[in-house]
Amino acid sequence: MGDSGAMKTRPWVLLLAVPPALFLAYFFIYPLITILYTGLVPNGRFATSAFTEVVTDPTMRSVAWFTLWQAFLSTVITVALGLPAAYVFARYRFPGRSLFRALTLIPFVLPTLVVGVAFLAVLGPGSPFGVDLRGTIWAILIAHVFYNLAIVIRGVGVLWEQIDPHIEDAARSLGAGRWRVFREVTLPLLRPAILSSAALVFLFSFTSFGVILVLGDLHHTTLEVEIWRQATAFLRLDLASALAVLQLVGVTVILLMYGRFSRRNAAELPLRPSAEVARRPRTSGERVFIAATLGMLGLIVVTPIVVLIARSMSTPTGPALTHYANLINPPRASAVFVSPLDAIGNSLRFAIPAVIIAAGIGLMAGVVIVSAKGHSGRLFDTVLMLPLGTSAVTIGFGFLVALDQPVDLRASAMLIPIAHALVAIPFVIRSTVPVMESVQLRLREAAAVLGASPRQAWREVDLPLVSRALAVGGLFAFAISIGEFGATSFIARPATTTIPVSIFRLLGRPGTFGEAMAMAVVLMAITGIAAMGIESMRGSRSGGV
Amino acid sequence: MKHVLNGLLIAAVALAVAGCSADDTQPDEVVLMTHGSFAVSDGVLEAFTDQTGITVNVLQSADAGAMVSQAILTKDNPVADVLYGIDNTFLSRAIDEDLFVPHSAAAIETVPRGLRVESDMVTPIDFGDVCLNLDPDGLAALGLETPDQLVDLADAAYGGTLVVEDPTTSSPGLAFLLATIATFGEDGAYPWQAYWQDLVTNDVRIVPGWDQAYYGEFSGGSGEGDRPIVVSYATSPVAEVYFGDLDTAPTTVLEDGCFRQIEYAGILNGTKAEQAAGQLVDFLLERTFQEDMPLNMFVFPANADTPLPDVFVDYAVIPTDSRVMEPAWIDENRERWLAEWATVVR
Repeated sequence: MGDSGAMKTRPWVLLLAVPPALFLAYFFIYPLITILYTGLVPNGRFATSAFTEVVTDPTMRSVAWFTLWQAFLSTVITVALGLPAAYVFARYRFPGRSLFRALTLIPFVLPTLVVGVAFLAVLGPGSPFGVDLRGTIWAILIAHVFYNLAIVIRGVGVLWEQIDPHIEDAARSLGAGRWRVFREVTLPLLRPAILSSAALVFLFSFTSFGVILVLGDLHHTTLEVEIWRQATAFLRLDLASALAVLQLVGVTVILLMYGRFSRRNAAELPLRPSAEVARRPRTSGERVFIAATLGMLGLIVVTPIVVLIARSMSTPTGPALTHYANLINPPRASAVFVSPLDAIGNSLRFAIPAVIIAAGIGLMAGVVIVSAKGHSGRLFDTVLMLPLGTSAVTIGFGFLVALDQPVDLRASAMLIPIAHALVAIPFVIRSTVPVMESVQLRLREAAAVLGASPRQAWREVDLPLVSRALAVGGLFAFAISIGEFGATSFIARPATTTIPVSIFRLLGRPGTFGEAMAMAVVLMAITGIAAMGIESMRGSRSGGV
Repeated sequence: MKHVLNGLLIAAVALAVAGCSADDTQPDEVVLMTHGSFAVSDGVLEAFTDQTGITVNVLQSADAGAMVSQAILTKDNPVADVLYGIDNTFLSRAIDEDLFVPHSAAAIETVPRGLRVESDMVTPIDFGDVCLNLDPDGLAALGLETPDQLVDLADAAYGGTLVVEDPTTSSPGLAFLLATIATFGEDGAYPWQAYWQDLVTNDVRIVPGWDQAYYGEFSGGSGEGDRPIVVSYATSPVAEVYFGDLDTAPTTVLEDGCFRQIEYAGILNGTKAEQAAGQLVDFLLERTFQEDMPLNMFVFPANADTPLPDVFVDYAVIPTDSRVMEPAWIDENRERWLAEWATVVR
């Protein structure tokens, strides 16, 4: 932590900062500034009236207020329910563990239109629970928890499974109760990962679009939806830009507060490979706790998934695989049907470069954030998080007005994985930084004592430990890309239709509802398989550490 | 100094070369910007390539409003050469923004007068009607007659039966709002705001998009909800028959209070391939494309010489007195109407 150490690492840290900085500058900051300028300075004169209109309109104020408090509430509930689940997956081995964990990622990729269908079945007039939550804040909050639980489970879990349980055992042997050990020992150790995940959940809920469109109404609407309305229904680009500025200011303030909160350096942790930490439950209390947690996950995550599978097999003559057969052998010669194999191939064509870009840029940025001392590292971190808190409408329109020179990228298919990577990079950073912060001090010092150069220490010591966290970030990048609809739909051609785009098409006309559900099940299956694949890869690699 | 001169010379030559190539050689690609509902069978756009040697690259926006915004934002350096799918609700704004250059399509004489616009800035390609769809069984189960006028739905007997789309997020939703404005007017004894007030009293359900309304809330056809009346298209019963392999349509259309949506194509101002763009617009109005449209997008071809598919001939209705509104009138009032609508339903 001494100044001499910081001086030594500086040149290569600066070099590593260049690619992420350039990427962000060209694909985020430049388009953002260009579109806001275009919207707010229409004829060479600054449209102050747009700001006045936004600030004085009571409807806009209530939209801003709703955006803020629903995001806060969504975050609190998601973290509260995600922590026990993260603990159960990190610390216990039980039958079906990896399958269950893979299931929790599935919501993350589901198009909101499809989730809307499932939620309507579970929480609508025909609810098996006897509630009708349509048009209430509860439907929105539950949907945000459904979508974001995976962020907490994985983001916190990846640190939790590497904390040596002997610390907790030691505290307990000194007479501390279970709850006290959690509050005073475990929680402080997990703090960086919890704050990281909470920040991601907050940003996702703050800029929520699809969930609000599907489950909200005129009384429950976010700034993001209002930006969309102003830009596409009213064609008021000045108001849309003013709202986007308002949203951006809100996100920046929140990120700066988050930066202050997480400023305290992470405690130095004795980390262990996860294989050693997880064990079978021993007491009946532990079994009840695991069962209760899995029951909660089942209710929130698995119920909607089961509903969708049931819908995909529902036909007038009872359960059958007709809709799946229709996907493979379309009953009619119509371009509405894209063969699932083609759609999967197209989706992977975007997902693979997106994961590579996000993992590469995110890892470089993570190292810079951990290694740079003082304000600069934190500032870098904050700026890299911004794309997640910026309206997708704004970024999408920004690409259009800015990226036409020197090379016209606007109609290029490369823009899709780039747009996906922009959203995925914060996930790579948030999952790797807490782990890197914890390993770096102890291991780097040990390596230095043994005479290794910083680069050697990074390659041989940090990287293997960080690779597990990187796998989590990469998995999210994959999920973001494969489930993404907005940017893809704008550039996708009929010949490169992805899975979410084909679901959108099938849901866009009467008579192909079952096929849309079948396609959604295909999407869920791919995500589940990818999650389990990465999980098993992670397990075997960590065994060698 | 010499370096600077050399640089200028090279720049001048490069510009001259670029200038020549833009004018003289046929581009090998045109970009078609369209909305999310665009769909075409395999081989149709390839037929254009076979005819002309030009490949069509399709750019799709989420919806028509987003597409128009994108076209306005990029008008100094358009991202596409042809825009297709802009309808009469957004047309006037696009023309005011100088988005298009005039073009007289080769087959324009095949288009009925009622679909054409006065200037040749855009070419009509297809049309369709947004109408209320009815579930006769669902209505009968509630002991209700099938309504035959929009105004019937203001009657308390029809409470809890109607689902519509939010006009600020959905294009059929906007079309239905415009149909009510055209039907009831702005200042009569019973203006459109009063009609909507009655719909609200009758517990109208407002959802953000067509698929939530039709699949989620509507009880007829492939809908899974409990409302027997929905804002949809006049061709929705046709699609039910076609995709469901049925002999009779499970749903019907209320022919009063329909709104006609006409979709146009135009050459984008600033294109570097104006001639090729014109060829593509011509192609969109020719038989190959026109014939393919009905079963992909469930719209009617604008070219009156196009034979319709059997399922359209047997099951489609074209409402006789569909509401038509001047694009300029819509553009002038859209923002105010939407704001007033929001006040009534909030």
